[in-house]
Amino acid sequence: MKHLRLWQAGLLIAIFVLWHVITKPGLIPPFVFENDQQAAFFFGEPLKIFSRIGAWFFTNADIYQHLWVTLLETVLAFGIGTALGLGFGLWLALSPLAAAIADPYIKAANSMPRVILAPIFAVWFGLGIASKVALGVTLVFFIVFFNVYQGVKEVSPVVLANARMLGASQRQLLRHVYLPSATSWVFSSLHTSVGLAFVGAVVGEYLGSSRGVGYLILQAEGAFDINTVMAGILVLTAFALLLDGAVGRIEKRLMKWQPKSGETEKL
Amino acid sequence: MPAAPTTTALELANVSCTFVSKDDPGQRYTAVRDVNLSVGAGEFVSVVGPTGCGKSTLLNVAAGLLAPSTGEVTVFGQSLVGLNRRAGYMFQAESLMPWRTARQNVMAGLEFRGVDDAGAQADEWLKRVGLGGFGDRYPHQLSGGMRKRVSLAQTLVLDPDIILMDEPFSALDIQTRQLMENEVLALWAEKKKAVLFITHDLDEAIAMSDRVVCLSAGPGSHPIGEFAIDLARPRDVAEVRVTPRFVELHEAIWSVLREEVLKGYQQQLAA
Repeated sequence: MKHLRLWQAGLLIAIFVLWHVITKPGLIPPFVFENDQQAAFFFGEPLKIFSRIGAWFFTNADIYQHLWVTLLETVLAFGIGTALGLGFGLWLALSPLAAAIADPYIKAANSMPRVILAPIFAVWFGLGIASKVALGVTLVFFIVFFNVYQGVKEVSPVVLANARMLGASQRQLLRHVYLPSATSWVFSSLHTSVGLAFVGAVVGEYLGSSRGVGYLILQAEGAFDINTVMAGILVLTAFALLLDGAVGRIEKRLMKWQPKSGETEKL
Repeated sequence: MPAAPTTTALELANVSCTFVSKDDPGQRYTAVRDVNLSVGAGEFVSVVGPTGCGKSTLLNVAAGLLAPSTGEVTVFGQSLVGLNRRAGYMFQAESLMPWRTARQNVMAGLEFRGVDDAGAQADEWLKRVGLGGFGDRYPHQLSGGMRKRVSLAQTLVLDPDIILMDEPFSALDIQTRQLMENEVLALWAEKKKAVLFITHDLDEAIAMSDRVVCLSAGPGSHPIGEFAIDLARPRDVAEVRVTPRFVELHEAIWSVLREEVLKGYQQQLAA
């Protein structure tokens, strides 16, 4: 798979080179805009963006407090949202009456555009970390919740009956049958949730805060500093990928019982 | 002749099961009607019948997984309420927990009961079913026959007084199947538990049982014949099939069963 990585890196470099060629003032004659400064103004320049990122991390080293806040918000939103989703998912899936009563409310809460709640959370929880975490939780919760609910509903009835015949109590069924069966669904939802936890944190910061990467981006936008905005987006994307990778690693460890196709090995 | 059983391990009295369609309560289907069936302690009883005649329904009733619409189930003289705690159930479909290794699957029942030496007992049983070296494999890494062995060990490690088996070997090829049948017979001979064995394979039923019960075609199936199998034990399921007494019994049972099988087949074609 060495070649795959190579191709992926090559594509990334190609995108940045193309970006550079199109936006660098004076490199090629302008073909969309009237003068050669405008492309750089609207799209930023990769070299300036990289020097910005370099300044953040090394020369000025002033991004760490912002990054720390954003990551903390993301991880908290991800953790709390996942735990709540898991708990409610298990509960509703195992008590049909509660599920029937809650059904329309859950559908309504899920279809509600929840990003709109950000200003309300700011009023409730202030401009600190709490309001961003709350927003992230509302985004993460439903994804995990629906997947756990589905996962529990999809438990093989034969495996369930077998565990009961082997003498499992309700608690043991939950621990040894429902939970493991739901985990594969949970993990597929966690990949989506990591991204959404980031969205919650950054959008929250964007709407009102004094720290965080979203705050940096907002400041830069106010000054029409498109390079810093792009730099902020790149940093966030990189960290979202890292978190997603971490989830993937945990998944690989916990889900080793799942069949994978093509397990033969060429000797 | 098998010795007359002294106690009755499992008894189904006037059991009927009617299923009501969830979407349309007017739609009813009576799978089994007025079934009387008993299994003595230490007796191996097979139930044969055409496909879709409610054999599995009967087994679920005996296991307590399904409450009968009418009638009563008695286990060692006591009326059954809820799950049948004295029974082990070997399912037809894949029933192993895919997230547990073979060893952990065998251990499961002991673990649920809080037995201390669960690991040691599981290892012993894995060896007994010929899977000593496969304990750390997950079910998807085992062949169909191996998974059935794990299921068998999982059921028997709990040492149940009644063993319920629902076409446990129907998905296996004929060689593996005969091997497993002999293994089950050997294990049964050792412990002499009550066995209720469901199959659609008359050969298998005769080769293994003390008694064969024939069910009629559904809906509303009920026993239409009962045959004592007086073949000498210990038996080898492959060899016993060619003895004259086996052929005689086969003919007698088949003459009762044939019409029902055809009826069941016609119903399936018409549906």
